[in-house]
Amino acid sequence: MVTKKKAQIKKTVKKEPKKENKKVAVKKQTHGYEKRFDKRGFDELRPISMDIGVLDNADGSARVQVGDTVAIAGVFGPQKVRPKHMEDTEKLIIKCYYDLMSFSVTDRARPGPSRRSIELGLVIKNAVEKAIFVEEYPKSMIQLFIEIPQADAGSRCAAVIASSLALADAGIMMRGLVPAVAVGKIDDKICVDITKHEEDYHEGGGATDIPIAYIPALDEITLLQLDGKVTKNELMQAINAGTKACKKIHEMMKQAIKKKYEVIEK
Amino acid sequence: MSKIIVKEREHVTPGEVLAEGMDLIPSEGTYRNGEQIISSIVGLVNLKNNAIQVNGFKSVYMPRRGDYVIGTVTDMNFSSWFIDVNCPYDASLPVREASREFIDLEKNDMTYYYTYGDVIFAKIIGLTKSKIVTLTMKEQETKKLNGGIIMKINSSKIPRLIGTKGSMISMIKDKTKTQIIIGQNGIVWIKGEPVDTLKAKNIIEKISNESHTSGLTEKIEKMLNKGE
Repeated sequence: MVTKKKAQIKKTVKKEPKKENKKVAVKKQTHGYEKRFDKRGFDELRPISMDIGVLDNADGSARVQVGDTVAIAGVFGPQKVRPKHMEDTEKLIIKCYYDLMSFSVTDRARPGPSRRSIELGLVIKNAVEKAIFVEEYPKSMIQLFIEIPQADAGSRCAAVIASSLALADAGIMMRGLVPAVAVGKIDDKICVDITKHEEDYHEGGGATDIPIAYIPALDEITLLQLDGKVTKNELMQAINAGTKACKKIHEMMKQAIKKKYEVIEK
Repeated sequence: MSKIIVKEREHVTPGEVLAEGMDLIPSEGTYRNGEQIISSIVGLVNLKNNAIQVNGFKSVYMPRRGDYVIGTVTDMNFSSWFIDVNCPYDASLPVREASREFIDLEKNDMTYYYTYGDVIFAKIIGLTKSKIVTLTMKEQETKKLNGGIIMKINSSKIPRLIGTKGSMISMIKDKTKTQIIIGQNGIVWIKGEPVDTLKAKNIIEKISNESHTSGLTEKIEKMLNKGE
Protein backbone atom coordinates (compact mmCIF):
# COMPACT_ATOMS: atom_id res chain seq x y z
CA MET A 1 0.00 0.00 0.00
CA VAL A 2 2.64 2.45 1.05
CA THR A 3 4.66 1.85 -2.05
CA LYS A 4 1.58 2.30 -4.22
CA LYS A 5 0.81 5.67 -2.61
CA LYS A 6 4.38 6.77 -3.04
CA ALA A 7 4.21 5.77 -6.65
CA GLN A 8 1.02 7.79 -7.10
CA ILE A 9 2.58 10.85 -5.52
CA LYS A 10 5.59 10.44 -7.73
CA LYS A 11 3.33 10.21 -10.75
CA THR A 12 1.46 13.42 -9.82
CA VAL A 13 4.71 15.23 -9.10
CA LYS A 14 6.02 14.16 -12.43
CA LYS A 15 2.83 15.26 -14.21
CA GLU A 16 2.67 18.78 -12.78
CA PRO A 17 5.75 20.34 -14.33
CA LYS A 18 4.71 18.93 -17.70
CA LYS A 19 1.37 20.80 -17.47
CA GLU A 20 3.11 24.05 -16.58
CA ASN A 21 5.37 23.74 -19.56
CA LYS A 22 2.35 23.31 -21.83
CA LYS A 23 0.67 26.43 -20.40
CA VAL A 24 3.77 28.51 -20.99
CA ALA A 25 3.93 27.22 -24.54
CA VAL A 26 0.29 28.23 -25.14
CA LYS A 27 0.94 31.73 -23.80
CA LYS A 28 3.91 32.20 -26.05
CA GLN A 29 1.82 31.43 -29.11
CA THR A 30 -0.73 34.22 -28.47
CA HIS A 31 1.32 37.26 -27.69
CA GLY A 32 -0.48 40.52 -27.05
CA TYR A 33 -4.23 41.23 -26.83
CA GLU A 34 -5.56 39.32 -29.84
CA LYS A 35 -9.15 38.68 -28.81
CA ARG A 36 -11.30 40.66 -26.42
CA PHE A 37 -12.25 39.00 -23.13
CA ASP A 38 -15.98 39.13 -23.93
CA LYS A 39 -15.45 38.04 -27.57
CA ARG A 40 -16.54 41.38 -29.03
CA GLY A 41 -15.00 42.98 -32.08
CA PHE A 42 -12.54 45.77 -31.40
CA ASP A 43 -15.01 48.43 -32.60
CA GLU A 44 -18.10 46.73 -31.16
CA LEU A 45 -20.15 48.27 -28.35
CA ARG A 46 -21.65 46.45 -25.40
CA PRO A 47 -25.46 46.00 -25.54
CA ILE A 48 -27.05 49.35 -24.65
CA SER A 49 -30.55 49.98 -23.33
CA MET A 50 -32.10 53.38 -22.59
CA ASP A 51 -35.33 54.31 -20.80
CA ILE A 52 -36.70 57.82 -20.55
CA GLY A 53 -38.96 59.29 -17.87
CA VAL A 54 -38.15 56.74 -15.17
CA LEU A 55 -38.44 59.12 -12.19
CA ASP A 56 -41.87 60.63 -11.46
CA ASN A 57 -40.78 63.54 -9.30
CA ALA A 58 -37.99 64.79 -11.57
CA ASP A 59 -38.73 67.19 -14.44
CA GLY A 60 -36.77 64.91 -16.74
CA SER A 61 -35.03 61.59 -16.20
CA ALA A 62 -33.35 58.70 -17.95
CA ARG A 63 -31.81 55.33 -17.19
CA VAL A 64 -28.97 54.07 -19.35
CA GLN A 65 -27.41 50.63 -19.24
CA VAL A 66 -24.19 49.95 -21.13
CA GLY A 67 -23.21 46.33 -20.56
CA ASP A 68 -23.09 46.04 -16.77
CA THR A 69 -22.79 49.77 -16.14
CA VAL A 70 -26.03 51.49 -15.13
CA ALA A 71 -26.56 55.24 -14.78
CA ILE A 72 -29.74 57.01 -13.67
CA ALA A 73 -29.99 60.76 -14.21
CA GLY A 74 -32.63 63.16 -12.95
CA VAL A 75 -33.03 66.82 -13.89
CA PHE A 76 -34.76 69.39 -11.67
CA GLY A 77 -35.45 72.89 -12.90
CA PRO A 78 -34.90 75.50 -14.22
CA GLN A 79 -35.54 76.88 -10.76
CA LYS A 80 -34.48 79.76 -8.54
CA VAL A 81 -30.76 79.90 -7.85
CA ARG A 82 -29.77 78.78 -4.37
CA PRO A 83 -27.43 80.01 -2.91
CA LYS A 84 -28.32 83.40 -4.30
CA HIS A 85 -24.72 84.63 -4.73
CA MET A 86 -24.16 82.02 -7.45
CA GLU A 87 -26.81 83.66 -9.64
CA ASP A 88 -25.68 84.69 -13.13
CA THR A 89 -27.70 87.43 -14.81
CA GLU A 90 -26.79 86.16 -18.27
CA LYS A 91 -26.88 82.40 -18.16
CA LEU A 92 -28.18 79.22 -16.66
CA ILE A 93 -26.19 77.57 -13.90
CA ILE A 94 -25.85 73.79 -13.94
CA LYS A 95 -25.17 71.93 -10.72
CA CYS A 96 -24.14 68.36 -11.30
CA TYR A 97 -23.93 65.69 -8.62
CA TYR A 98 -22.37 62.34 -9.49
CA ASP A 99 -22.72 59.55 -6.98
CA LEU A 100 -21.25 56.06 -7.10
CA MET A 101 -23.48 53.92 -4.90
CA SER A 102 -21.65 51.94 -2.25
CA PHE A 103 -22.73 48.55 -3.64
CA SER A 104 -21.95 49.40 -7.26
CA VAL A 105 -18.40 48.03 -7.26
CA THR A 106 -16.89 44.75 -6.01
CA ASP A 107 -15.22 46.28 -2.93
CA ARG A 108 -17.59 48.61 -1.12
CA ALA A 109 -17.26 52.26 -2.12
CA ARG A 110 -17.48 54.73 0.75
CA PRO A 111 -20.84 56.48 0.38
CA GLY A 112 -21.10 60.23 0.07
CA PRO A 113 -19.19 62.80 -1.93
CA SER A 114 -15.53 62.11 -2.59
CA ARG A 115 -12.75 63.77 -4.59
CA ARG A 116 -13.53 61.47 -7.51
CA SER A 117 -17.28 62.21 -7.53
CA ILE A 118 -16.68 65.98 -7.35
CA GLU A 119 -14.32 65.79 -10.33
CA LEU A 120 -16.69 63.63 -12.34
CA GLY A 121 -19.58 65.98 -11.58
CA LEU A 122 -17.55 68.81 -13.06
CA VAL A 123 -16.45 66.78 -16.08
CA ILE A 124 -20.02 65.67 -16.87
CA LYS A 125 -21.31 69.21 -16.39
CA ASN A 126 -18.76 70.53 -18.88
CA ALA A 127 -19.61 67.79 -21.35
CA VAL A 128 -23.34 68.60 -21.42
CA GLU A 129 -23.20 72.36 -20.83
CA LYS A 130 -21.89 72.98 -24.34
CA ALA A 131 -25.06 71.43 -25.77
CA ILE A 132 -27.49 73.54 -23.71
CA PHE A 133 -28.72 77.02 -24.66
CA VAL A 134 -27.59 78.48 -21.34
CA GLU A 135 -28.34 82.06 -22.41
CA GLU A 136 -32.05 81.21 -22.84
CA TYR A 137 -32.54 80.74 -19.10
CA PRO A 138 -30.85 83.63 -17.30
CA LYS A 139 -30.87 83.91 -13.49
CA SER A 140 -31.86 80.28 -13.02
CA MET A 141 -30.27 76.93 -12.36
CA ILE A 142 -30.83 73.28 -13.02
CA GLN A 143 -29.80 70.45 -10.78
CA LEU A 144 -28.58 67.28 -12.38
CA PHE A 145 -28.37 64.21 -10.16
CA ILE A 146 -26.62 61.09 -11.40
CA GLU A 147 -26.60 57.80 -9.53
CA ILE A 148 -24.52 54.79 -10.52
CA PRO A 149 -26.15 51.66 -9.06
CA GLN A 150 -23.81 49.34 -10.93
CA ALA A 151 -20.38 50.09 -12.39
CA ASP A 152 -18.30 48.13 -14.88
CA ALA A 153 -16.03 50.85 -16.35
CA GLY A 154 -17.26 53.75 -18.46
CA SER A 155 -19.58 55.07 -15.77
CA ARG A 156 -18.88 58.70 -16.67
CA CYS A 157 -19.79 57.99 -20.29
CA ALA A 158 -23.06 56.30 -19.31
CA ALA A 159 -23.70 59.27 -17.01
CA VAL A 160 -23.19 61.75 -19.86
CA ILE A 161 -25.64 59.83 -22.08
CA ALA A 162 -28.20 59.58 -19.27
CA SER A 163 -27.94 63.24 -18.34
CA SER A 164 -28.29 64.46 -21.91
CA LEU A 165 -31.40 62.29 -22.36
CA ALA A 166 -32.81 63.57 -19.07
CA LEU A 167 -32.23 67.18 -20.16
CA ALA A 168 -33.98 66.55 -23.46
CA ASP A 169 -36.85 64.91 -21.55
CA ALA A 170 -37.16 67.95 -19.28
CA GLY A 171 -37.80 70.12 -22.36
CA ILE A 172 -34.67 72.22 -21.99
CA MET A 173 -33.47 73.74 -25.27
CA MET A 174 -30.41 71.92 -26.54
CA ARG A 175 -28.18 72.14 -29.58
CA GLY A 176 -28.00 68.37 -29.77
CA LEU A 177 -27.77 65.14 -27.81
CA VAL A 178 -24.46 64.16 -26.23
CA PRO A 179 -23.37 60.53 -26.73
CA ALA A 180 -20.19 59.34 -25.02
CA VAL A 181 -17.99 56.27 -25.06
CA ALA A 182 -14.84 55.03 -23.31
CA VAL A 183 -12.21 54.07 -25.86
CA GLY A 184 -9.20 52.12 -24.61
CA LYS A 185 -5.81 51.07 -25.79
CA ILE A 186 -5.32 47.54 -24.51
CA ASP A 187 -1.73 46.42 -25.14
CA ASP A 188 -1.47 47.92 -28.63
CA LYS A 189 -5.06 47.51 -29.80
CA ILE A 190 -7.65 50.31 -29.88
CA CYS A 191 -10.83 48.93 -28.27
CA VAL A 192 -14.17 50.69 -28.08
CA ASP A 193 -16.29 50.63 -24.89
CA ILE A 194 -13.88 48.85 -22.55
CA THR A 195 -14.92 46.88 -19.47
CA LYS A 196 -13.36 46.80 -15.99
CA HIS A 197 -11.67 43.50 -16.86
CA GLU A 198 -9.93 45.13 -19.81
CA GLU A 199 -9.10 48.23 -17.80
CA ASP A 200 -7.06 46.06 -15.41
CA TYR A 201 -4.95 44.52 -18.20
CA HIS A 202 -1.32 44.76 -17.15
CA GLU A 203 0.63 42.71 -19.69
CA GLY A 204 2.45 44.18 -22.64
CA GLY A 205 1.58 47.84 -23.19
CA GLY A 206 -0.98 47.83 -20.39
CA ALA A 207 -4.34 49.56 -20.56
CA THR A 208 -5.10 53.18 -21.45
CA ASP A 209 -8.55 54.66 -20.87
CA ILE A 210 -9.79 57.51 -23.09
CA PRO A 211 -13.40 58.63 -22.41
CA ILE A 212 -14.83 60.71 -25.25
CA ALA A 213 -18.08 62.69 -25.48
CA TYR A 214 -18.95 63.97 -28.93
CA ILE A 215 -21.89 66.12 -30.10
CA PRO A 216 -22.76 65.01 -33.66
CA ALA A 217 -24.96 68.07 -34.32
CA LEU A 218 -22.07 70.46 -33.65
CA ASP A 219 -19.27 68.07 -34.65
CA GLU A 220 -17.51 68.89 -31.39
CA ILE A 221 -15.77 66.88 -28.71
CA THR A 222 -16.78 68.03 -25.23
CA LEU A 223 -15.08 65.41 -23.09
CA LEU A 224 -11.63 63.95 -23.65
CA GLN A 225 -9.68 62.45 -20.80
CA LEU A 226 -6.66 60.22 -20.84
CA ASP A 227 -5.40 57.78 -18.24
CA GLY A 228 -2.26 55.92 -19.36
CA LYS A 229 0.24 56.17 -22.16
CA VAL A 230 -0.42 56.69 -25.88
CA THR A 231 1.43 58.03 -28.90
CA LYS A 232 -0.03 60.86 -30.95
CA ASN A 233 -0.98 58.45 -33.73
CA GLU A 234 -2.75 56.09 -31.35
CA LEU A 235 -4.66 58.96 -29.76
CA MET A 236 -5.93 60.10 -33.17
CA GLN A 237 -6.99 56.51 -33.91
CA ALA A 238 -8.80 56.35 -30.57
CA ILE A 239 -10.62 59.65 -31.22
CA ASN A 240 -11.73 58.47 -34.66
CA ALA A 241 -12.98 55.17 -33.23
CA GLY A 242 -14.71 57.07 -30.42
CA THR A 243 -16.55 59.54 -32.66
CA LYS A 244 -17.67 56.66 -34.88
CA ALA A 245 -19.04 54.79 -31.86
CA CYS A 246 -20.67 58.00 -30.56
CA LYS A 247 -22.59 58.34 -33.83
CA LYS A 248 -23.93 54.80 -33.36
CA ILE A 249 -24.99 55.63 -29.78
CA HIS A 250 -26.59 58.87 -31.03
CA GLU A 251 -28.91 56.86 -33.27
CA MET A 252 -29.89 54.69 -30.31
CA MET A 253 -30.59 57.79 -28.21
CA LYS A 254 -32.90 59.20 -30.89
CA GLN A 255 -34.78 55.90 -31.07
CA ALA A 256 -35.10 55.79 -27.27
CA ILE A 257 -36.71 59.26 -27.20
CA LYS A 258 -39.07 58.43 -30.04
CA LYS A 259 -40.05 55.14 -28.41
CA LYS A 260 -41.39 56.89 -25.31
CA TYR A 261 -44.09 58.77 -27.19
CA GLU A 262 -44.93 56.01 -29.68
CA VAL A 263 -46.07 53.70 -26.91
CA ILE A 264 -48.92 56.03 -25.97
CA GLU A 265 -49.95 56.69 -29.56
CA LYS A 266 -51.07 53.07 -30.18
CA MET B 1 -32.35 76.74 -52.80
CA SER B 2 -34.37 75.94 -49.71
CA LYS B 3 -35.38 72.42 -48.87
CA ILE B 4 -37.56 71.09 -46.06
CA ILE B 5 -36.31 67.70 -44.94
CA VAL B 6 -38.95 66.74 -42.34
CA LYS B 7 -42.68 66.14 -42.74
CA GLU B 8 -45.54 67.89 -40.93
CA ARG B 9 -46.12 66.43 -37.43
CA GLU B 10 -42.91 64.41 -37.56
CA HIS B 11 -41.35 63.40 -34.26
CA VAL B 12 -37.95 65.11 -33.87
CA THR B 13 -35.20 65.18 -31.25
CA PRO B 14 -32.65 67.92 -30.41
CA GLY B 15 -29.95 68.22 -33.05
CA GLU B 16 -32.03 66.88 -35.93
CA VAL B 17 -31.74 68.89 -39.15
CA LEU B 18 -35.21 70.10 -40.19
CA ALA B 19 -34.52 72.19 -43.28
CA GLU B 20 -31.87 73.95 -45.30
CA GLY B 21 -31.99 77.41 -46.81
CA MET B 22 -31.83 81.04 -45.79
CA ASP B 23 -35.39 82.00 -46.84
CA LEU B 24 -36.94 79.79 -44.15
CA ILE B 25 -37.45 81.20 -40.66
CA PRO B 26 -36.48 79.25 -37.54
CA SER B 27 -39.36 79.68 -35.08
CA GLU B 28 -39.93 78.32 -31.56
CA GLY B 29 -38.03 75.16 -30.66
CA THR B 30 -35.49 75.52 -33.45
CA TYR B 31 -32.21 77.28 -34.13
CA ARG B 32 -30.12 78.19 -37.13
CA ASN B 33 -26.63 76.87 -37.75
CA GLY B 34 -25.30 78.27 -41.01
CA GLU B 35 -27.71 77.20 -43.75
CA GLN B 36 -29.41 74.57 -41.63
CA ILE B 37 -32.40 74.86 -39.34
CA ILE B 38 -32.05 72.43 -36.45
CA SER B 39 -34.51 71.29 -33.78
CA SER B 40 -33.65 72.18 -30.19
CA ILE B 41 -36.34 70.24 -28.29
CA VAL B 42 -38.21 66.94 -28.39
CA GLY B 43 -41.54 67.45 -30.13
CA LEU B 44 -43.61 67.53 -33.29
CA VAL B 45 -42.81 69.63 -36.36
CA ASN B 46 -45.23 72.38 -37.32
CA LEU B 47 -44.78 74.03 -40.72
CA LYS B 48 -46.40 77.44 -41.17
CA ASN B 49 -45.66 79.09 -44.53
CA ASN B 50 -41.97 79.90 -44.25
CA ALA B 51 -41.61 79.39 -40.52
CA ILE B 52 -40.56 76.10 -39.02
CA GLN B 53 -41.63 75.39 -35.47
CA VAL B 54 -41.29 72.46 -33.09
CA ASN B 55 -44.06 72.04 -30.52
CA GLY B 56 -42.39 70.42 -27.53
CA PHE B 57 -43.93 67.56 -25.58
CA LYS B 58 -42.59 69.21 -22.46
CA SER B 59 -41.26 72.70 -22.18
CA VAL B 60 -40.05 75.06 -19.52
CA TYR B 61 -42.42 77.95 -18.84
CA MET B 62 -40.74 81.30 -19.41
CA PRO B 63 -42.91 84.36 -18.61
CA ARG B 64 -44.03 86.56 -21.51
CA ARG B 65 -45.68 89.95 -21.46
CA GLY B 66 -49.45 89.64 -21.86
CA ASP B 67 -49.74 86.14 -20.41
CA TYR B 68 -52.51 85.39 -17.95
CA VAL B 69 -51.09 83.33 -15.09
CA ILE B 70 -52.22 81.74 -11.83
CA GLY B 71 -49.92 82.31 -8.88
CA THR B 72 -49.65 81.96 -5.12
CA VAL B 73 -48.70 84.77 -2.77
CA THR B 74 -45.43 83.80 -1.10
CA ASP B 75 -44.16 87.05 0.42
CA MET B 76 -44.84 90.75 0.70
CA ASN B 77 -43.05 93.97 1.56
CA PHE B 78 -44.33 97.49 2.26
CA SER B 79 -45.43 98.20 -1.29
CA SER B 80 -45.82 94.92 -3.15
CA TRP B 81 -46.68 91.26 -2.98
CA PHE B 82 -44.45 88.48 -4.32
CA ILE B 83 -46.15 85.81 -6.33
CA ASP B 84 -44.89 82.34 -7.25
CA VAL B 85 -45.98 81.82 -10.86
CA ASN B 86 -44.38 78.41 -11.51
CA CYS B 87 -41.23 79.75 -13.18
CA PRO B 88 -37.65 80.38 -12.00
CA TYR B 89 -38.40 84.03 -11.24
CA ASP B 90 -40.54 85.69 -8.56
CA ALA B 91 -43.26 87.96 -9.89
CA SER B 92 -44.14 91.15 -8.05
CA LEU B 93 -47.58 92.69 -7.73
CA PRO B 94 -47.21 96.35 -6.75
CA VAL B 95 -49.90 98.01 -4.64
CA ARG B 96 -50.84 100.38 -7.47
CA GLU B 97 -51.65 97.40 -9.71
CA ALA B 98 -53.29 95.29 -7.04
CA SER B 99 -56.95 96.13 -7.51
CA ARG B 100 -59.44 98.00 -9.62
CA GLU B 101 -60.61 99.69 -6.43
CA PHE B 102 -58.68 102.20 -4.37
CA ILE B 103 -56.34 100.60 -1.88
CA ASP B 104 -56.09 102.54 1.35
CA LEU B 105 -53.17 101.19 3.31
CA GLU B 106 -53.78 103.65 6.15
CA LYS B 107 -57.14 102.07 6.84
CA ASN B 108 -56.37 98.44 6.10
CA ASP B 109 -53.37 96.20 6.44
CA MET B 110 -51.89 94.72 3.22
CA THR B 111 -53.01 91.25 4.28
CA TYR B 112 -56.59 92.55 4.04
CA TYR B 113 -56.27 92.40 0.25
CA TYR B 114 -53.98 89.44 -0.37
CA THR B 115 -52.25 87.30 2.20
CA TYR B 116 -49.85 84.37 2.24
CA GLY B 117 -51.18 81.40 0.33
CA ASP B 118 -53.82 83.32 -1.60
CA VAL B 119 -54.24 82.25 -5.21
CA ILE B 120 -54.68 84.94 -7.85
CA PHE B 121 -55.34 85.03 -11.58
CA ALA B 122 -53.24 87.90 -12.91
CA LYS B 123 -51.77 89.30 -16.10
CA ILE B 124 -48.09 89.90 -16.78
CA ILE B 125 -47.66 93.55 -17.79
CA GLY B 126 -43.94 94.02 -17.29
CA LEU B 127 -40.96 91.87 -18.14
CA THR B 128 -37.43 93.25 -18.25
CA LYS B 129 -34.45 91.63 -19.88
CA SER B 130 -33.12 90.67 -16.46
CA LYS B 131 -36.41 88.80 -15.88
CA ILE B 132 -38.14 91.08 -13.38
CA VAL B 133 -41.81 90.10 -13.74
CA THR B 134 -44.58 92.58 -12.87
CA LEU B 135 -48.22 91.56 -12.58
CA THR B 136 -51.48 93.47 -12.67
CA MET B 137 -54.91 92.81 -11.20
CA LYS B 138 -56.58 95.75 -12.95
CA GLU B 139 -57.61 93.79 -16.05
CA GLN B 140 -61.17 92.57 -16.67
CA GLU B 141 -60.54 88.85 -16.23
CA THR B 142 -58.13 89.02 -13.30
CA LYS B 143 -59.40 88.03 -9.88
CA LYS B 144 -58.64 86.41 -6.60
CA LEU B 145 -59.51 82.71 -6.70
CA ASN B 146 -61.40 81.51 -3.63
CA GLY B 147 -61.84 77.81 -2.91
CA GLY B 148 -61.45 75.10 -5.52
CA ILE B 149 -58.35 73.04 -6.24
CA ILE B 150 -55.12 73.71 -8.10
CA MET B 151 -53.34 71.30 -10.41
CA LYS B 152 -50.13 71.61 -12.37
CA ILE B 153 -49.63 70.46 -15.93
CA ASN B 154 -46.80 71.19 -18.34
CA SER B 155 -47.18 74.60 -19.98
CA SER B 156 -46.71 73.07 -23.46
CA LYS B 157 -50.04 71.20 -23.03
CA ILE B 158 -52.08 74.37 -22.46
CA PRO B 159 -52.98 75.02 -26.14
CA ARG B 160 -54.24 71.44 -26.42
CA LEU B 161 -56.27 71.74 -23.22
CA ILE B 162 -57.94 74.93 -24.47
CA GLY B 163 -58.52 73.50 -27.95
CA THR B 164 -59.39 75.45 -31.07
CA LYS B 165 -61.21 78.58 -29.92
CA GLY B 166 -61.71 77.02 -26.49
CA SER B 167 -63.65 74.00 -27.77
CA MET B 168 -62.03 71.47 -25.45
CA ILE B 169 -62.19 73.45 -22.23
CA SER B 170 -65.75 74.70 -22.74
CA MET B 171 -66.83 71.10 -23.35
CA ILE B 172 -65.23 69.97 -20.09
CA LYS B 173 -66.79 72.89 -18.22
CA ASP B 174 -70.26 72.12 -19.60
CA LYS B 175 -70.18 68.38 -19.05
CA THR B 176 -68.65 68.40 -15.56
CA LYS B 177 -70.49 71.55 -14.38
CA THR B 178 -67.33 73.08 -12.95
CA GLN B 179 -65.59 76.43 -13.13
CA ILE B 180 -62.13 76.09 -14.68
CA ILE B 181 -59.49 78.78 -15.11
CA ILE B 182 -56.25 78.04 -16.97
CA GLY B 183 -53.05 80.01 -16.47
CA GLN B 184 -50.54 80.13 -19.31
CA ASN B 185 -47.93 78.98 -16.80
CA GLY B 186 -49.44 75.50 -16.56
CA ILE B 187 -51.54 75.95 -13.42
CA VAL B 188 -55.21 75.01 -13.64
CA TRP B 189 -57.83 76.03 -11.07
CA ILE B 190 -61.00 73.94 -10.77
CA LYS B 191 -64.03 74.69 -8.61
CA GLY B 192 -67.27 72.78 -8.29
CA GLU B 193 -68.87 69.89 -6.44
CA PRO B 194 -66.16 67.52 -5.11
CA VAL B 195 -67.18 64.66 -7.44
CA ASP B 196 -67.26 66.93 -10.49
CA THR B 197 -63.95 68.53 -9.57
CA LEU B 198 -62.26 65.15 -9.37
CA LYS B 199 -63.78 64.14 -12.70
CA ALA B 200 -62.52 67.30 -14.38
CA LYS B 201 -59.10 66.79 -12.83
CA ASN B 202 -58.84 63.24 -14.18
CA ILE B 203 -59.84 64.37 -17.64
CA ILE B 204 -57.29 67.19 -17.66
CA GLU B 205 -54.62 64.72 -16.57
CA LYS B 206 -55.58 62.43 -19.44
CA ILE B 207 -55.34 65.30 -21.92
CA SER B 208 -51.96 66.22 -20.51
CA ASN B 209 -50.67 62.66 -20.93
CA GLU B 210 -52.02 62.16 -24.46
CA SER B 211 -51.70 65.67 -25.83
CA HIS B 212 -49.66 64.58 -28.87
CA THR B 213 -52.20 62.03 -30.16
CA SER B 214 -54.72 62.89 -32.85
CA GLY B 215 -58.50 62.61 -32.40
CA LEU B 216 -58.26 63.51 -28.73
CA THR B 217 -61.34 65.76 -28.64
CA GLU B 218 -63.63 62.89 -29.75
CA LYS B 219 -62.04 60.54 -27.24
CA ILE B 220 -62.58 63.00 -24.40
CA GLU B 221 -66.16 63.65 -25.53
CA LYS B 222 -66.87 59.91 -25.38
CA MET B 223 -65.32 59.71 -21.92
CA LEU B 224 -67.44 62.61 -20.68
CA ASN B 225 -70.67 61.16 -22.09
CA LYS B 226 -69.98 57.74 -20.58
CA GLY B 227 -69.62 59.23 -17.11
CA GLU B 228 -73.15 60.64 -17.16
